[in-house]
Amino acid sequence: MTPYWAILSARFRMLLQYRAAAAAGFGTQLFWGLIRVMIFEAFYRSTTSAQPMSYQEVVTYIWLGQALLALLPWNYDRDIHALVRSGNVAYELLRPLDLYWHWYARAVAWRVAPAVLRALPMFIVAGLFFGLQAPVSWASFGAWLIALVGALLLSAAITTLVNISLMWTIAGDGIATLVSTLVIILSGMVVPLPFFPDWAQSILNFLPFRGLVDVPFRLYMGHLPPGDIYGLFAHQLGWTLALVAVSHHVLGRGTRRLVVQGG
Amino acid sequence: MPQIVVDDLVKTFRVAERQPGLWGAARGLLKRRHRTVEALAGVSFGIETGELVGYIGPNGAGKSTTVKVLAGILVPDSGRCEVLGRVPWRERVANAREIGVVFGQRTQLWWDLPVIESFELLRDIYRVSPQAHLRSRDELVDMLDMEPLLDVPVRQLSLGQRMRCDLAAALLHSPPVLYLDEPTIGLDAVSKLAVRDFVRQLNRERGVTIILTTHDMDDIEALCTRIIVINEGHILSDGTLNDLRARVTTERWLIVDLAEEDGDVADPQATVISREGHRVCLRFDPDEVSAAELIGRITAGHAIRDLFVENPPIEEIIARLYGEQCR
Repeated sequence: MTPYWAILSARFRMLLQYRAAAAAGFGTQLFWGLIRVMIFEAFYRSTTSAQPMSYQEVVTYIWLGQALLALLPWNYDRDIHALVRSGNVAYELLRPLDLYWHWYARAVAWRVAPAVLRALPMFIVAGLFFGLQAPVSWASFGAWLIALVGALLLSAAITTLVNISLMWTIAGDGIATLVSTLVIILSGMVVPLPFFPDWAQSILNFLPFRGLVDVPFRLYMGHLPPGDIYGLFAHQLGWTLALVAVSHHVLGRGTRRLVVQGG
Repeated sequence: MPQIVVDDLVKTFRVAERQPGLWGAARGLLKRRHRTVEALAGVSFGIETGELVGYIGPNGAGKSTTVKVLAGILVPDSGRCEVLGRVPWRERVANAREIGVVFGQRTQLWWDLPVIESFELLRDIYRVSPQAHLRSRDELVDMLDMEPLLDVPVRQLSLGQRMRCDLAAALLHSPPVLYLDEPTIGLDAVSKLAVRDFVRQLNRERGVTIILTTHDMDDIEALCTRIIVINEGHILSDGTLNDLRARVTTERWLIVDLAEEDGDVADPQATVISREGHRVCLRFDPDEVSAAELIGRITAGHAIRDLFVENPPIEEIIARLYGEQCR
């Protein structure tokens, strides 16, 4: 196994142990999902104009969001924060590893493990009782899986950049809070992106955040045709690579400062 | 050419000075005052393959800074440093593969993983082949007697057990150079002995070059053939334990166990340092009076149960060396 893959898998196995947190998260997300469904139901009952998604589609969209919430880059890694605060982050450099890919591997594991723990029961419960529908076709299902991988790579890249930002901000939550707010709104987690005004569409389509939620979820529902996956995956991957390049550079500066000033 | 070369290393840190009180804090927001601390002020030494060097000094002397530079995680302001022909901070990853580092104050193992899984992770991180890993692991497990610890998560280990595991973890990739930073800190007597025995064996049998920083003078006396003393960024002394003694003081101690309690021993050419029950401890200068002559005079005047001559403990020597520099 390569070092980074080994770190990813060890971290993943470790995080799978946090079953109580997953159960609590599942309960909370179920509750919020029901509230969001009710809000949209009220909206659809009172609206008279045509909407960009049907009510059934929105319900499926909401439950996908509740199932995969943990995949979003909504928080920072407390272990890395502790390392930075105590000045021990220099000791990370004792390993014969590139620090960026070390932290990226951690971030991937950190996004996947809780999402896996929560998604499976949510799919079952929401599918049986709350109107989560199956993908419209096998092609849509396949496109969704590919887009999920893209979303994961992108999410881990954003998470890693937020973690790196902790090297400059002492309190830590400043940038992390800002990013998580941007992510939740601009990815389409709160309101699906097709509901945004027309002038916002082109901006939202350009930004990386739609690759996290909007793209995979609409592929699942067939709201985006499965054939679009090539362009959409390229969009996800392009942003991931751009973020990796920027983060690599920023982390390089951070470590240089660290090794010059001694933490 | 020595395996480790350190030549005229200088490292200064800028420390922000905070002024007391609310007003001071407010002023600090506008204008920070900085103070420069010289952690290393021209440190030089060379270490040959297979040496076991004690690197000692009081807190803040520059020990850890030196070790960090050697490990490639700190860049000095000036000076030259090479470990196995590499400049550590320029080739950090290649250097990291060739060294092992143990910090007594912190663990390098993964807190939530069983020891054996930490070891497997290290195997992958250092890209050790499975066969070489197994050989190295079994040998270390045997030497450190840690078979029963392998399946225990690290957070459940006692400090002594954890230190044994940390030593093994640092050596799994068979590095030719090992830095030990206070490996016996906080350990009980039995664990300390186990760590010392292991370090000695590693050095003698495997020929691993070891730099040991410690505050425990027993570690130094038990293990090190060579001692480098550092204080305030300067090297005060570099040589064998005997060299160090000879440089600081030639005095020796005569310890006498008297037959009667509270007996009074006095001699014009020796000074009493302590008196405790039957035991009296005197210091004398062998250039002034020979041990035989002194013993002769004391045994003539007192009933003696036992007596022996020894060197002053190394703590005493080091304390005097620091004191000498302060004056």
